Amino acid sequence: MSATGATAHAHVGHAGHHELGFIRTYIFSTDHKMIARQFLFMGLFMMIIGGLLALVVRWELAWPETAVPGLSMILTETGGILEPSQYNMAFTMHATIMIFFVIMPILAGAFGNFCIPLMIGARDMAFPVLNMLSFWVGALAGVLMLAGFFVPGGHAAAGWTSYAPLSAVPEYTGVKWGQNLWCISLFVLGISSMMGAINYITTIINMRAPGMKLFRMPLVIWSLFITAILLLLALPVLTSGVAMLLFDRTLGTSWFKPSGGGEPLLWQHLFWYFGHPEVYILILPAMGIASEILPVFCRKPIFGYHAMAFSMIAIAFLSWVVYGHHMFVSGMSPALGMAFTVTTMIIAVPSAIKTFNWLGTLWGARIRFTVPMLNALAFVSMFVIGGLSGIFMASTPVDIYIQDTYFIVAHIHYVVFGGSIFGAFAAIYYWFPKMFGRMTNTVLGHLHFWPTFVFFNLTFFPMHIIGVGGQMRRIYNPMQYEFLQHQQHWNVFITVSAFCLGLGQIPFVVNFFWSLFAGKKAPLNPWNSNTLEWTAPSPPPHLNWGPTLPMVYRGPYEYSSPESRDDWLPQTAPPVTAAGARRH
Amino acid sequence: MLDWWLPENVSTYGQEIDWLFHLIYYITGATFVLVFVTMLAFIVMYRDRPGRRARYTHGNTPLEIAWTVVPALILVVLTFLSVPAWSKIKMHVPPTDFDVNVTAKQFNWQVTYPGNDTVFLDEMHVPVNKVVRVHLRSQDVIHSFFVPQFRMKQDAVPGREIVQWFEVMKPGKYEWPCAELCGFGHSGMRGWIYVHPPAEYAKWAAENLTAAATPAAEAKPEAKKPEPRKEGKGKK
Repeated sequence: MSATGATAHAHVGHAGHHELGFIRTYIFSTDHKMIARQFLFMGLFMMIIGGLLALVVRWELAWPETAVPGLSMILTETGGILEPSQYNMAFTMHATIMIFFVIMPILAGAFGNFCIPLMIGARDMAFPVLNMLSFWVGALAGVLMLAGFFVPGGHAAAGWTSYAPLSAVPEYTGVKWGQNLWCISLFVLGISSMMGAINYITTIINMRAPGMKLFRMPLVIWSLFITAILLLLALPVLTSGVAMLLFDRTLGTSWFKPSGGGEPLLWQHLFWYFGHPEVYILILPAMGIASEILPVFCRKPIFGYHAMAFSMIAIAFLSWVVYGHHMFVSGMSPALGMAFTVTTMIIAVPSAIKTFNWLGTLWGARIRFTVPMLNALAFVSMFVIGGLSGIFMASTPVDIYIQDTYFIVAHIHYVVFGGSIFGAFAAIYYWFPKMFGRMTNTVLGHLHFWPTFVFFNLTFFPMHIIGVGGQMRRIYNPMQYEFLQHQQHWNVFITVSAFCLGLGQIPFVVNFFWSLFAGKKAPLNPWNSNTLEWTAPSPPPHLNWGPTLPMVYRGPYEYSSPESRDDWLPQTAPPVTAAGARRH
Repeated sequence: MLDWWLPENVSTYGQEIDWLFHLIYYITGATFVLVFVTMLAFIVMYRDRPGRRARYTHGNTPLEIAWTVVPALILVVLTFLSVPAWSKIKMHVPPTDFDVNVTAKQFNWQVTYPGNDTVFLDEMHVPVNKVVRVHLRSQDVIHSFFVPQFRMKQDAVPGREIVQWFEVMKPGKYEWPCAELCGFGHSGMRGWIYVHPPAEYAKWAAENLTAAATPAAEAKPEAKKPEPRKEGKGKK
């Protein structure tokens, strides 16, 4: 590692000789921090589209077959009334965009890129050009995905899971190039993710600063490391799957079409073999972020550091053997279903360990309720609800009833919105000062957090209730079913809450852009954090540190340590006594 | 705002599903209350106040072992309680002489009875207190046979026949939606299952399932419902 330091040192001297032009600095940049910002902007932009699609879906469910406000300009033929095929397209693209183009770019793309080199004490990623390529290939995937909205026949409408043969035969949905573009876009995105994953893994293994042992790494780095391994192993399965689906659609193969000897369940096996690790790809970085932010604002060490790291490793291993719980009633062998029940119950244990460790971190703390901390606490509490509702599904007999109902929709939104998105907000508020060199506005931060937290719950909690009542997912008009009519008022309630949740994001947008240009200049270490990124200037220059790399002496969470009179002890502070050096 | 809960259950194994549902509901509910009360208490008790330093601790091994083992034990128990019900519902069809064929298509359930060619569209008639064996197929995409009040759900997969069963304890008319996205007409793809007392069922069967009977089933296209796809056979 000292050799790495020496080469990087040589780099710094070299970099000083020439200024990079506008294009190399802001567009085709190889600087991990610029790439992180690019991923962040891409994710936030796509979040607006995904969010608006969600509101369209909600409008349809509350007031079925009425004109959606604002859509009369686009849907001129019906005066703004959504047709069933367009409704299917709306929820398909809502989920596709949110999962692949919002959460993955923000959590793995932006914060993976930003945090990894800065928090392990590296000057950049191991392969900076590959890193740049990863973003631009990802952006190409985004363009391809958005292009699907403009092709005849509309965009993909077979659900984000695109179950074959509905997705494999154009006649079944009437969608032609939309679904093809969906496949091509995810194929391209898979390549982008694999490039990113290789980079993250290599960087974390090889480029840690002197003294940064594996078990001195911040937990967010652990989470991103594990996420990268999952990405590297899961994405090839999806990319193969979507390629096979595309071949079925365009070249006449029959991987998934029974008419040609294919097997529809093969798609589900491939999709969920990717799809379940994917769920952890979405949530692990948020777990890491929460584990990072809680100690800072509790002013005490994370409770059970090793348990936290090992439970993430356990989740990563188990995530490969639980995927069948998505397929309990799919026609897969019921005996296999039984095996997946066992593994699914097991994977709840490391999640429980993490939750209790977060609670342990709060015990005896000195909690500062900053905006990032509020979002991190929201993450923990919402993840608890999402985890507990998952136990209903793990029990196969109960899953028979709740499979494909709004109970599942509630569950995934508690995990993916309550978990990943609150994690993303926490990360944005926490690292914004380092990323952009300016502080965000606290008042606007509270104005964003509280409505988001309240209306998130008012939107998604009642979905458990209508799900228990039996409302199916992906239906266009609940009023077509007699057994659902009595709970339609809940659909109205949810939709009104969802619109309020949408309005609650306005303070965030205002805060983000206002702070970007006019926020208070950020000091070096506004939160008094221990980790390495706070020793670099805000924002860090190209290659992050001056001529010398930081030297690491201890773990990342030494808050309120008796060794220091302050309530924090940076990883880089040299030990006062020889005994102190051996402490960790 | 009343009846916020599971719809009334009328099937035999539905009782076991509901029992497990309620068990998990109480376990997770208690956990939820425990975690949230603890969390709120900590948030209030340990808010930042001047003059106090946070507790410097890296963990507590006995405590961590406890909160690993206790959830693990609860989950093991839940697994052992789930497996027999699952095996009963999905793996062992009780002996019966009552069979019915269901072939799903975009966007109808086609029901036929052994020995009779009449296709009943979106309706099924079965006797009460009788094990009904369903031979489930699909002729185009994946559909899902869902009867909320029977607590029954099973995907119909093109290219294979899946055998399922149910036994209903109460006569009545039960809604039978499709639960798996199957195309633009997915919403509104639903039928009705009529559960008759034995005598009433015998009368219905005599009128509809004998060779001389005229097909009673009729397609009922709704105003807003997309046209069923063309290749549907045996309709009306």
